[in-house]
Amino acid sequence: MKRTNRAKHVLSRTVYHASILLLGLLMIYPVIWMVSGSFKTTYEILNESLKLLPEKFTLDNFINGWRGFGRLNFGLFFKNSFVITILATLGVTISSSLVAYAFTRIHFPGRKAMFICMIATLMLPSQVVMIPQYILFRNLGLTNTYVPLILPSWFGSAFFIFMMMQFIMGLPKELDDAAIIDGCSRYSIYSHIILPLISPALITTLIINFYWKWDDFMGPLIYLSRPAKYPVSLAIKLFIDSTSQTDYGPMFAMSSLSLLPVFAIFLFFNKYLIEGISTSGMKT
Amino acid sequence: MIKKGKQHSFKKILHSETFSGYVFSAPFIIGFLAFTIIPMIYSLFISFTSYKISSSPVWTGLSNYIRMFSEDPRFLKSIGVTLYYVVLSVPLKVGFALVVAFLLTRKNSLAGFYRSVYYLPSLIGGSVAVTLVWKELFAAKGVVNTFLAILGVKNPISWLGDPNFAIWILVLLAIWQFGSSMIIFAAGLKQIPVSYYEAAKMDGGSLRQQFFFITLPCLSPVIFFNTVMQTIGGFMSFTQAYIISKGTGGPMDSTMFYALYIYKQAFNYYEMGYASALAWVLLLIIALVTALIFKTSDTWVYYESKGGK
Repeated sequence: MKRTNRAKHVLSRTVYHASILLLGLLMIYPVIWMVSGSFKTTYEILNESLKLLPEKFTLDNFINGWRGFGRLNFGLFFKNSFVITILATLGVTISSSLVAYAFTRIHFPGRKAMFICMIATLMLPSQVVMIPQYILFRNLGLTNTYVPLILPSWFGSAFFIFMMMQFIMGLPKELDDAAIIDGCSRYSIYSHIILPLISPALITTLIINFYWKWDDFMGPLIYLSRPAKYPVSLAIKLFIDSTSQTDYGPMFAMSSLSLLPVFAIFLFFNKYLIEGISTSGMKT
Repeated sequence: MIKKGKQHSFKKILHSETFSGYVFSAPFIIGFLAFTIIPMIYSLFISFTSYKISSSPVWTGLSNYIRMFSEDPRFLKSIGVTLYYVVLSVPLKVGFALVVAFLLTRKNSLAGFYRSVYYLPSLIGGSVAVTLVWKELFAAKGVVNTFLAILGVKNPISWLGDPNFAIWILVLLAIWQFGSSMIIFAAGLKQIPVSYYEAAKMDGGSLRQQFFFITLPCLSPVIFFNTVMQTIGGFMSFTQAYIISKGTGGPMDSTMFYALYIYKQAFNYYEMGYASALAWVLLLIIALVTALIFKTSDTWVYYESKGGK
């Protein structure tokens, strides 16, 4: 009796692990396929798609892909992506933390109304403000610059403000009160007490916004028409834009390369990311 | 002397609760005015005008809104495509996320690893790079067709060329990214007291019964939240459809997502007025659908704090 029970248990465990693993393989198959495709010839990608390992391991795709289009290579596109992503991400993190502090700890008239406005923007489809924003930046002569892609980030983002508010609410209020009695201003409480304590939330914001900006496609598509200004997300699209046959090998290689920063951050900051999503219900 | 007094009162104002409150929230106040509320008002205004970007807007009253319903079949088509996409992908994605999250709650050392593997696609799935590669999976001799041939499907499906199938590439891409919803469910599952399950086990409840009578009701607020968020996100989907169809919404407008249609009107045809009207209709549709989900939530979302109502 006991033995059959154990056998049953072992069997159920095996079935469980096997099915979870199989599903997992199915899930990451496209990713593995993309990476292995980077080392295949275009012919092999198109005609022997099921094979995972390349017949002949080649680095040509990376060399040819990196060369880019015309005189613009992928070094430039990567640099563009980093400039946009880093500046926007810094901005959103700093400004959101300021606002989150005000909304949770400081009492001033209009706070509640502002909070409601902020929550409302969470539900607002970006398409509604996309067109007037475009007209605004166009009239200011700022298309084909990174200003429209970076500047709005410096005024906080409802998502991150909300997430940081949750975090600050979890800190004991006595910290603020004690500091005020000691004669600290709100500015020094924020910079000396709150900021260090909410660093996990800051890191989560940095990571998630990095992902959003790195993958952002619509913004650059609307505002940038000069290929020399393109970030990677837009540059990769050029592979399928060309009127001639698409060069799948280089396209796969550059696609894999463009995900490298994403993978790297995922590997090192997995914990913050998962925590951030579970506490704020945010979608990356 | 006077100067010093002035400085003192300046410092007092600067450090006052009200003033510092406004200083800290200044980014939001300025940003909300400059990038949200004023653009919204302007957008509403131009939605009642004919506005080609090169000339100034001309007031045309309701004609943009009338045009949508009376002489623009692509508008109705794009609503149909988007609804079809949302109705197919959101329940499947949320359902999948829920079941997998439930299966991964079993205590074992590999659960964390599995969760990372399942989460990875939703991390990268929204990127142009992955969408381009995803498209090739469905190419004529791509992985999917090769696999179907092994299973015995004789005629390869023209996924990218057939209006009936192209949308499925996008639906599957969406479902593939169930990971972020799964993580949210996993967090919710941790909140369910273990004693509930123990009690069920004592009474001889099967795994399936535990899922339907404990997990499902306890998680219903999270299911509700995920459904709302995914639905809103689904209506705003753009990049995937743009990449799969090379910006055309084809074949035969079968991947013409609503957001893509707005983009085309605004930035391919430069119909800023009409595109703004379309954007406002999107806002209304999303508000309506969200309200609808909220309305039904009374019947299936269980809040413990309300004593089961």
